[in-house]
Amino acid sequence: MASQVMTNLDPKSRAAAKGLSDLTIRNLFIIPTIAFLIIFNIFPLLYSLAYSFTDFRASTNAPANFVGLQNYRDLLSDPFIWKNFSITAKYVLISVTGQVLVGFGLAMLLNRSIPAKGLITTLLLLPMMLSMAVVGLFWKLLYDPNFGIINYFLGLDKFEWLADPDVALYAIAIVDIWMWAPFVMLLSLAGLSAVPKHLYEAAEIDRASGIYTFFRITLPLVAPILMIAIIFRTMEAFKTFDLAYVLSSQPTTELIAIRLYKMAFQEWQTGMSSAFAYIVLIMVVAITNIYVKYLNKVKAR
Amino acid sequence: MADIALQGITKKFGSNTALRDLDLEIKDGEFFVLLGQTGAGKTTTLRLIAGLEVPNSGKVILDGHDATNWNAAERDVALVLQQYSLYPRMTVRGNLEFPLKSRTQNFTAAEIKERVDRVAETLQITRLLDRKVERLSGGEMQRVSIGRAIVRQPRVFLMDEPLSALDANLRDVLRVELKKLHSELGATFVFVTHDQVEAMSMGDKIGVLNRGRLVQVGTPSEIYARPLNTFVARSVGTPPMNLLDGVLKGNMAVLDAGKFSLPVASPHGGDGNRIRFGIRPEDVVLDDNGPASARVFDIENHGVIKILTLDIDGTHLHATVSAQTQVHIDDTVRFSWKPEKVLCFDPSSGRNLGLG
Repeated sequence: MASQVMTNLDPKSRAAAKGLSDLTIRNLFIIPTIAFLIIFNIFPLLYSLAYSFTDFRASTNAPANFVGLQNYRDLLSDPFIWKNFSITAKYVLISVTGQVLVGFGLAMLLNRSIPAKGLITTLLLLPMMLSMAVVGLFWKLLYDPNFGIINYFLGLDKFEWLADPDVALYAIAIVDIWMWAPFVMLLSLAGLSAVPKHLYEAAEIDRASGIYTFFRITLPLVAPILMIAIIFRTMEAFKTFDLAYVLSSQPTTELIAIRLYKMAFQEWQTGMSSAFAYIVLIMVVAITNIYVKYLNKVKAR
Repeated sequence: MADIALQGITKKFGSNTALRDLDLEIKDGEFFVLLGQTGAGKTTTLRLIAGLEVPNSGKVILDGHDATNWNAAERDVALVLQQYSLYPRMTVRGNLEFPLKSRTQNFTAAEIKERVDRVAETLQITRLLDRKVERLSGGEMQRVSIGRAIVRQPRVFLMDEPLSALDANLRDVLRVELKKLHSELGATFVFVTHDQVEAMSMGDKIGVLNRGRLVQVGTPSEIYARPLNTFVARSVGTPPMNLLDGVLKGNMAVLDAGKFSLPVASPHGGDGNRIRFGIRPEDVVLDDNGPASARVFDIENHGVIKILTLDIDGTHLHATVSAQTQVHIDDTVRFSWKPEKVLCFDPSSGRNLGLG
């Protein structure tokens, strides 16, 4: 059955001359990838699942003891962990909302014939291509209360963006919005340019107002692709580590990824952190699933 | 309900001139057809009337008001397009309600429902009202599209090749329905098509466009019987009018092909001059005593009639004869024409010399 699905090798080809069969070639391509996936993804995934039920510490030679669900129980009843979760939720909400508003707004502005449109689009996409750590470092300079250009321009004097525990999380979200709004813009632009022009003309003829046209024609047609952008950005924001780690070390900016990092590599609670990682994984999968369900609903409408 | 007038309209797209100094008058309640080939400027004309394009020069007059700078909403027109332009992800009802729900209209929910239901009934799409537009067939989509146009009762209906994307049977049905709709609504219709059969069968008046210029405006029978030039002559009629070069000698046309002499009832263009003679295929008659002879090159049997392609030393002409006529390919036949139907055109400009 499987061999029927495959195309047959051209008997005159060089591969055939070397005595390679179709099946051999297929395996040559597929086996390295599968091996890579198993070694670097599947194996650690299962291995850490096993660790998550133990009190293993990678920093000692003490044997790992099976503790059952104790790690999970401890984590889920730890108020500090819940604090990390609520910080992360707040961060995801601010950052993704900001990115969608800014990104979609930029896309709306760019979705018309303006001079140097290609150049402007490319320039707007640049932040997305930079390294997170680099972005974190230079925004730290921009935010600097003594010589930072942001305070200078906004006339905020010595306002402490990153040292103020109430503001730091917003400051990080702003950097994330600056960096990733272009991504939302790019996807929205693709969605917007796929809306047929004649629909807008029909709406104009039908005397619909701009707002009515936007909500009845533009938004429903762009919604599926916008949802995909939101899914990607939510997952990413949920996992944010580098940006927040580089920018600030406030307790109010301790996202779950940072907490996880500290637990695993500073406190060496390997078993506990494995359990934590699994809790985060389950949450991300759950959130993504809700989005995908919603996406399918939007598409079916 | 409105009169439309275009005065001296020129429209350019970049270096390309789509319309050149176009003057056009369409009377209230008229079914006006713009006929022309692709790129002739039909759609541009329609979009100018709709307010989707602004002319480079000239005026658009609606009901005596200069509407050149009005936008589409202010002009109060409805547009039906070939690609239907239904609003996706909405039901048929949603689409029909759309023009009534915008800010400029103040209809109550009951009024909207009543209007939509009435329109749906007129177009026989009541059973489709709750269906998503993505699930409709082409013909159904076009009905909805027409419904969306009439639900608002606009001043003018503009239709851009609305039937072109439909299959032949459906096209015939909708053609009749549109005509009926026009007489019921009594509104002004401007209908764009490249299909001369559609133009002839539907229009009260036809405007023939050629490369951005309006060549002739007239009733279908005027256009058919008294074309202004050879372009119009060949734009209408299937098969198109035969054009044969020759010399006018008194009341006789001496054709270049075969040197046959055939009578002309109303000669124009001066004795001894070179003339392009126009004769419609149905005015060419097979006649055993006819002055001209030709070889039968091809026969198309259309049931009621047969269309013969006759060959005179490489010059082809069409003749429409009754289906009962017994002819075979490669037969040599003798023919004549109806002298009173012959038109004389200027061979260089193509102008109809009989129209002064």
